Amino acid sequence: MNARYMVSLVTVIVLFLIAWAGTALGLQVLFGIIIPYAALLLFIVGFIYRVMNWSRSAVPFRIPTTGGQHKSLPWFTHAQFDCPATKWQVVVRMALEILTFRSLFRNTRMKLKEGGRLSYQLEIFLWVGALAFHYAFLAVLIRHLRFFTEPVPFFVQLIENIDSFFRVEIIYPVFKFGIPGVFVSGIVLLLAVAYLFLRRIFTPQVRYISLASDYFPLFLIFGIALTGILMRYITKIDVTSAKALTMGLVTFRPTIPEGVGTIFYIHLFFVSVLLAYFPFSKLMHLGGIFLSPTRNLTTDTRTKRHVNPWNYPVPVHTYEEYEDEFRDKMIEVGLPVEKMPEPEPVKEDAPAKDETPAEEEEKE
Amino acid sequence: MSEKKLIILGLIIFVVIVTFPLWYNRGKAAPAPERILTDKAKAAKVCVRSTDYMKAEHMQLLDLWRDSVVRQGTRIYVSPSGKEYNMSLSNRCLDCHSNKAEFCDRCHNYASVRPYCWDCHIDNPKETS
Ligand code: HEC
Ligand code: HEC
Ligand code: HEC
Repeated sequence: MNARYMVSLVTVIVLFLIAWAGTALGLQVLFGIIIPYAALLLFIVGFIYRVMNWSRSAVPFRIPTTGGQHKSLPWFTHAQFDCPATKWQVVVRMALEILTFRSLFRNTRMKLKEGGRLSYQLEIFLWVGALAFHYAFLAVLIRHLRFFTEPVPFFVQLIENIDSFFRVEIIYPVFKFGIPGVFVSGIVLLLAVAYLFLRRIFTPQVRYISLASDYFPLFLIFGIALTGILMRYITKIDVTSAKALTMGLVTFRPTIPEGVGTIFYIHLFFVSVLLAYFPFSKLMHLGGIFLSPTRNLTTDTRTKRHVNPWNYPVPVHTYEEYEDEFRDKMIEVGLPVEKMPEPEPVKEDAPAKDETPAEEEEKE
Repeated sequence: MSEKKLIILGLIIFVVIVTFPLWYNRGKAAPAPERILTDKAKAAKVCVRSTDYMKAEHMQLLDLWRDSVVRQGTRIYVSPSGKEYNMSLSNRCLDCHSNKAEFCDRCHNYASVRPYCWDCHIDNPKETS
């Protein structure tokens, strides 16, 4: 038991109960229209606010992480995409990062082997899990456009066709599965979320650094995927009415059609909560990845001088000026000075100088 | 400052993508399509099962029918209301719903489902016979 994930789990269960009770009380207008609109508004405004806020923060230093050979003398092979020197190389690096999670791929695990030898192993499962999760989520998101567009655009149908490529049809008296066609992405999404959660639970180091805000989105997304899968394959809902509701939302003619089950409202409420929560959470890495200075800056510090943009003329007092001011006093107390004072050269032509005091003495 | 412009451009792209459904439909109303019943269906008044059940689960009923006929060899389906039906996609469903284009297809186009059943089963037994 761990308070951090229990809190998140209980929160998601409470959210479930809220939506369930709300629909039972006949608050369909609230859960089907008002909350989704409010959530979408919060999502867009919050997202823009967060990114604009980031855009104002200063990036005075070149801090890109280097993953390979810096561009140097011509006979060194330059790692173009791990240590990009030009804008286009940065674009490629960013694209690889965003589309294939390159830095996650480099994840290694340190292990102490027999005889006290340290070894580093490629730790690839997080990368595989993250990739499966994000791409499954993307496919699910695109597929859902069938509820928000009329006519349904070709690319949505294309994704649907690819996604339902495997026709797995199982039929037993107690368990029917496969009609309507199985979409792989939904199941991959559910499994990937489960993996990402179990990883946090079973790896001690990861559990130690996991916070409630790490578990909450996982539980929420698990809830969304689970209610979605239930609706599609098990506790069927009237899809046509559901689409009438969603189309009402996006054409600004909100309606509450009859016969849309409670589970649909729970699903919709979970999604609304996810959207509303998004700008305030770690999920903002959707926007943040583009603004990561450790990835999106060129590593050209060997060829270009980057002056701190904050530089302004500072009233400085250089050492030379300091010494000029205090030279006499420094000599007096025996401190070393860089430039010998005037008397020194005077000493060299001592006879001429000595004459004067001598003369004075004579006068006296 | 060009960085700020890039960020704003990125945000504009983000908003355009996120609001895709809002501008794609151009606010055109798209209610659920009207299902036209044939005279035969009207005369029968009720479907094989209750309308709510049919709306949500007709595909699973068809799956059950297919399994019963092809695997178990039983061709008679007894509905909860006690009525007997000869289980057949083309000869039973499409007997009452012979207007497949205005009934099944309309609904399926709206929900973007493309049942592959018609690769083998004839759409309209009356037309071909
Ligand atoms: C590969 C071709 C093929 C496809 C695709 C196909 N079927 Fe069939 N189906 C058959 C054959 C062959 C029979 C056996 C006909 C018989 O024995 O009367 C049959 C029988 C049936 C029956 C019972 C008998 C009858 O007259 O209808 C049902 C119900 C049925 N299929 C439903 C479906 C449904 C629903 C789909 C789509 C999800 C589907 N079938 C897709 C070939 C196919
Ligand atoms: C005896 C004639 C008859 C047969 C056979 C029949 N239906 Fe129906 N069906 C009806 C009638 C009548 C309605 C309209 C019921 C209503 O409006 O309450 C209907 C309604 C429906 C609906 C709901 C439409 C809506 O309003 O949203 C679906 C889906 C449906 N049928 C599918 C099927 C399928 C699939 C089969 C084959 C398994 C089938 N029907 C067989 C007469 C029939
Ligand atoms: C009320 C609208 C409606 C009507 C009318 C209707 N369907 Fe459907 N049908 C659907 C929806 C929605 C789905 C997909 C369900 C989902 O995505 O969960 C579906 C799915 C199916 C599937 C499974 C498709 C797959 O992916 O394997 C079959 C088979 C099917 N319908 C047959 C019929 C037949 C035959 C008729 C006409 C007699 C009919 N339907 C009429 C709405 C309708």
